[in-house]
Amino acid sequence: MTQTPDQVFVILKHWLLGYVPTSVHAIASAVLSILPLMVVFPLLFAITTLLERKGLGRIQNRLGPNRTGPMGLWQPLADGIKSLTKEDIVPFTADHIVHFLAPVLLVVAAFLAYAVLPVGRNMALVNLNAGVLFFFAVGSVVELAVFMAGWSSRSKYSMLGAMRAIAQMISYEVPLVLASVVVIMQAGSLSTVDIVERQATYTGIFPHWYVFTPWGFLGFILFMIAATAESNRSPFDLPEGESEIIAGYYIEYSGFKFALFFLGEYLGMFATSGIAITLFLGGWSAPLSVLTFIPSWAWFFLKLLTLICMFIWVRGTLPRLRMDQLMNFAWEFILPMALFNMVIAGLWRFMNPGAVRWFVCAFLILVPMFVLSALLKRKKKLQLRTYSFAE
Amino acid sequence: MSISFLIIAVLIVGSTAAAMGLRNPIHCVLTLSITFGGIAALFLQLGAEFVGLTQIMVYVGAVAILAVFAIMMTQSRRGLMLGTFSRNALVGLLTAVAVFSVLGWAVLSQPVAGVTAAVSPVSVQQIGSSLMHEYVLPLELIGLLLTAALIGAIVIAMERKEDTE
Repeated sequence: MTQTPDQVFVILKHWLLGYVPTSVHAIASAVLSILPLMVVFPLLFAITTLLERKGLGRIQNRLGPNRTGPMGLWQPLADGIKSLTKEDIVPFTADHIVHFLAPVLLVVAAFLAYAVLPVGRNMALVNLNAGVLFFFAVGSVVELAVFMAGWSSRSKYSMLGAMRAIAQMISYEVPLVLASVVVIMQAGSLSTVDIVERQATYTGIFPHWYVFTPWGFLGFILFMIAATAESNRSPFDLPEGESEIIAGYYIEYSGFKFALFFLGEYLGMFATSGIAITLFLGGWSAPLSVLTFIPSWAWFFLKLLTLICMFIWVRGTLPRLRMDQLMNFAWEFILPMALFNMVIAGLWRFMNPGAVRWFVCAFLILVPMFVLSALLKRKKKLQLRTYSFAE
Repeated sequence: MSISFLIIAVLIVGSTAAAMGLRNPIHCVLTLSITFGGIAALFLQLGAEFVGLTQIMVYVGAVAILAVFAIMMTQSRRGLMLGTFSRNALVGLLTAVAVFSVLGWAVLSQPVAGVTAAVSPVSVQQIGSSLMHEYVLPLELIGLLLTAALIGAIVIAMERKEDTE
């Protein structure tokens, strides 16, 4: 269980704690656990910005950043210095205190979410009894930060962006929570550490990840869709909508405050991906039992990077949704499917394990999905769009 | 009284006072959401994780946002400014005194048993199973009530086709 490479960071922490007087042991332990999180994830943010620009460039048939350093590797550093040295402009009519506090609150809330994320075996910051609930509670604070940013700027565009963002976040928070309820039902625990440990067992060489069950697969898909919307990413990036409302709620922010918004948004995306990994993809556990020699934290970050690449791919591929399409999609399709998924998860629990259970549940998920989408499609009259002012 | 309790108490009292005293209604809601957060922290400090986190989720994530939306959609472009004292301040004062005296009487009439041993924190699992076994009827009734309220809200908000024609 305690191979050295797997537990290297835990061992390192205890070794460092040995040099600290016992009176400040508790504080030192907390600092030593928090600091790596506050270093690693912003670093990951820097890597992701580069990866995203490179990836989008590839998708759009261009090169992407390639001027700073070899293959544009120093681009994040250059961006950071640029945003630090830029002038910090606050609009004259803005509400100065709220305008200042909004990005701070956003980043703080984004960082808090990492407290319950198990990034490796024995590597969760706190093992809360209600860890998943903590994650969603912290996530709901982000909405307030977005509102503060949009309102305090006293700009129509920021206000519109904030309204769109909040409407979207509230709508997609419901399916996000409901999609994760199935995992809580199966694991019987709200603690993220427990949920991962339930999945980290193997039958033969295959793990017991929840994504390999019919309800888990549907739950994962629904969760990822809702997570994309929750982190305001394309195709759900209406709150930013560059071509319509310029940049949404953070249009009046410049310099480092803008960078903070950028950071907060990406940190939120990583945290939601991390929770998706924890709930559905087995957290830090290896995908095959023969691969357990690779450290648990490496698996977590590999999975995280895979999901990030998926996000970038989706962003480069799908066009933006319209506001009514966005709302209808959440309330008419994702929400009923998430509710139905809960019933299936209950059924799964009371059926005998085996292939029959798998196929019955998969069938019971596929049928309503097709019926629902057929019904929704019939309701809409699909026809060529006529433009009033274009053409 | 621990230091953390003192900090939380000062935060709650201060932000509530600010919520009452500030002139901009949006500022009032924002300071009120600090109060909600403080109350959640109080619950967390007492070991009631579920209640504390639900407090944040419901009050900060939903109630504060709803209040903010309501103010934003109803106020004029220049922004509405509230007076610190309302016209019927005396009635408000009387109500506050009455509520405070009833609460104070209720608290003081309880036999103070001294500081008892800390109650072991209730796990979410215990709350869930007692909701599903012991209190299943109240739970269902609340669910019914909320559903009725939801349908009512939709009916009120729905566009009436016959009126527009």
